[in-house]
Amino acid sequence: MTQPAPSAQHHGPDLAKPAAPPPRQERGPRALGLRADVRNLSLLGVLAVLVAVGGFTEPDAFLDTGNLQLILTQSSVIGVVTVGMTFVITSGGIDLSVGAMVALASVWATTLATQEYGFAGILFTAVVVGVAAGLVNGLLIAYGGMVPFIATLAMLASARGLALQITDGKTQIVTVQSVLDLGLPDAYVLGIPPLVLVFAAVTVAGWLILNRTTFGRRTVAVGGNAEAARLAGIDVRRQRLYLYLLSGLCCGIAAFMLIILSGSGQNTNGNLYELDAIAAAIIGGTLLSGGRGTIVGSVLGVLVFTTITNIFALNNLQSDVQQIAKGAIIVAAVLVQRRTSRHGET
Amino acid sequence: MAPEPPLLTMSGITKSFPGVRALDGVDLEVQAGEVHCLLGQNGAGKSTLIKVLAGAHQPDGGTITWHGAPVQLSSPITAMRLGIATIYQELDLVENLSVAENIFLGHELTTAGFVVRTRVAEIEASALLARLGHPEIDPGRPVGDLSAAHQQIVSMARALSHEVDLIVMDEPSAALDPDEVANLFRIVDGLAADGVSVIYISHRLEEIRRIGDRVTVLKDGRTVAVGLPAESTPTRDIVALMTGRDVEHVFPPRPASGVPDTAEPVLTVEGLSRKGEFEPVDLELRPGEIVGLAGLVGSGRSEILETVFGARKPTTGRVTVAGRALRPGSVRAAIAAGIGLAPEERKAQALLLTESVTRNVSVSSLSRFARAGWVDRRAERKAARTATRELSLRPDNPDAAVRTLSGGNQQKAVLARWLLRGCRVLLLDEPTRGVDVGARAELYAVIRRLADEGLAVLLVSSEVPEVLGLADRVLVLREGRVVHTADARELDEHRVLDLVMEGSPT
Repeated sequence: MTQPAPSAQHHGPDLAKPAAPPPRQERGPRALGLRADVRNLSLLGVLAVLVAVGGFTEPDAFLDTGNLQLILTQSSVIGVVTVGMTFVITSGGIDLSVGAMVALASVWATTLATQEYGFAGILFTAVVVGVAAGLVNGLLIAYGGMVPFIATLAMLASARGLALQITDGKTQIVTVQSVLDLGLPDAYVLGIPPLVLVFAAVTVAGWLILNRTTFGRRTVAVGGNAEAARLAGIDVRRQRLYLYLLSGLCCGIAAFMLIILSGSGQNTNGNLYELDAIAAAIIGGTLLSGGRGTIVGSVLGVLVFTTITNIFALNNLQSDVQQIAKGAIIVAAVLVQRRTSRHGET
Repeated sequence: MAPEPPLLTMSGITKSFPGVRALDGVDLEVQAGEVHCLLGQNGAGKSTLIKVLAGAHQPDGGTITWHGAPVQLSSPITAMRLGIATIYQELDLVENLSVAENIFLGHELTTAGFVVRTRVAEIEASALLARLGHPEIDPGRPVGDLSAAHQQIVSMARALSHEVDLIVMDEPSAALDPDEVANLFRIVDGLAADGVSVIYISHRLEEIRRIGDRVTVLKDGRTVAVGLPAESTPTRDIVALMTGRDVEHVFPPRPASGVPDTAEPVLTVEGLSRKGEFEPVDLELRPGEIVGLAGLVGSGRSEILETVFGARKPTTGRVTVAGRALRPGSVRAAIAAGIGLAPEERKAQALLLTESVTRNVSVSSLSRFARAGWVDRRAERKAARTATRELSLRPDNPDAAVRTLSGGNQQKAVLARWLLRGCRVLLLDEPTRGVDVGARAELYAVIRRLADEGLAVLLVSSEVPEVLGLADRVLVLREGRVVHTADARELDEHRVLDLVMEGSPT
């Protein structure tokens, strides 16, 4: 930009640049980022409390290395799904079909025909099926003008149906040893299960994409104000398509992880993952209405839920109690967030 | 005999929000049957004050006296029961419900407290609408089908469906055409004649002169003048009270040399039309020139701008930038060619309200700061800051949340977006809507300066003086047709109003 020439006959308010710019205000700026950090911190606090409760009630069982590995492993599959879900929700959308996509990808990747191609065949099929289902979602929503809730609800129903048709309701046992090996303690890297490493990698990639790339920026812009994004020159439809593709990709990866974990493919896999993933993203601080998303928060949300389930199981509390506790946590987390965000505003 | 006590007295009202002292000792006194105007710039405390009066906010201090007795307006229902009705600027109607249902919302006419008496409600609604001069509004129609002006009438009918002594109107004329404003004035006069008091808030001084009895001026949360006579107080005095400065020289001077007619146009619009919205329009914009489109709401002004920008697909015609025709109906093509739009609804169409100033400014130029999709945030921040400083956007803080900015500074953020993008043609749709008087002058100067630097500007405004004062050339529109083109200096407000209204029933 060129500096305007100060004109002598300039009668309007003085618009010349201030001679000395005011001191840089570095406080306000960080405040925006800081607020998200505080929210994550509070979730981290919840997690710490949970660990304390677990360590107190069942000191031996809970803090056992094997149990901690179990918590992380159990978090990994739903965690990868939640990262994809976080992107979709940040863009103002929703993906109800994640659980069904995981099921479909896991059974398609474990048919006898696919297993003949070994490790690569299973991995490839799981990912491609996930991406393909995401593509259908994305096309229906971005170019077909369907409401995400409806389009992915339809995908939920039909993908589950297709998964049932493929398996005929039977569990498909995996016989490819190299896949099964990844779930065994021998494959652990420094005591960390490979699935957890995948989860960590997906988390880091998701964080970088959301916070450091044009793709992430556009996702937030579309979620914050789709019309403004369009008038600012963002290809909103293409962005939406990519987002559902991304969610499908995450489901494909999660399906492969689930195959490793269970040594099988079942049409009942990923049951209610959509609700768990949405709940984890929301308690993490991602706005259901779009425009704000946090990968770190989502991951913490997943860990909180898995840890609760684990503690309850160790204390022999039934799943009904677990479900009630989960519901209470969602309500509490959202209430706390409402309070903090209102404080943040002037 | 002692004189009648005033209907309403508010004194020493204070109200703080975290970090802001919104009201810092406000006094207001309203007589029965009076039209009392409340003036002040954005942020002066008008909205907070009327929310206190509506029972939506609780004051921290001060007293409110109603009919001579102290009262506490502890909730909106309390205020309503006392006879205080408020018509907010953002209408609070339920679009899917009918006119009658909206009017009696919350106090439905029922049988046995349960069954809604639709027919009776519609008859009563009709009577209220007739009293407001609009018997033609069908009480059975969904409110969403009505025009903005008619929706406002429904809002007023709702206020009158209660027993009211005082109606507060927050910028009721903002979305109205001149003839609708005339009807609004008739209604306000009628209310006053019936003994109902009106608190009337408007940015438009000439309106206040026409219907107001007395004026109270707020500045920075304080009352700076009480009960000025609306008719006889000079405009200059009122503006000085509101802004602490003089109103003269609001518009920056046009460049002495003018734009040579021979200069190559940067934007050419040929035969552009959209069925049902506007008829074929031709116009040329040269670098350094500001062209204004004047016309009523609904005359096709905004539609023309949005079609040039590609946000609407034209039925016929084409748009050419520097000799190259644009793909019709493509925003991205328009932006790539160097067109930028500051749309009419800033919050809904331009701003990413949850984001910082930097991100709002850089959103259209992101790829410039990215390598392989990776954003260089330092370069982005620096460039955005250069653009916002060029426009003296305040606060000078690239990380401030854009929603905390004033209207004028939000508009600057939108302009900075296009400056950063390096655009050659700027389309401005109502650039000063929601921008207060002082900040307007600054925006005018910014727009003129950008033109002086070589930008071509196409300006739409419903305020005729704004178009005449800022533009070099003016196109007058009526019902989707250009009816007159002239140098802005050859036109005056009356001539333009004649042109835009000509032939329309009055």
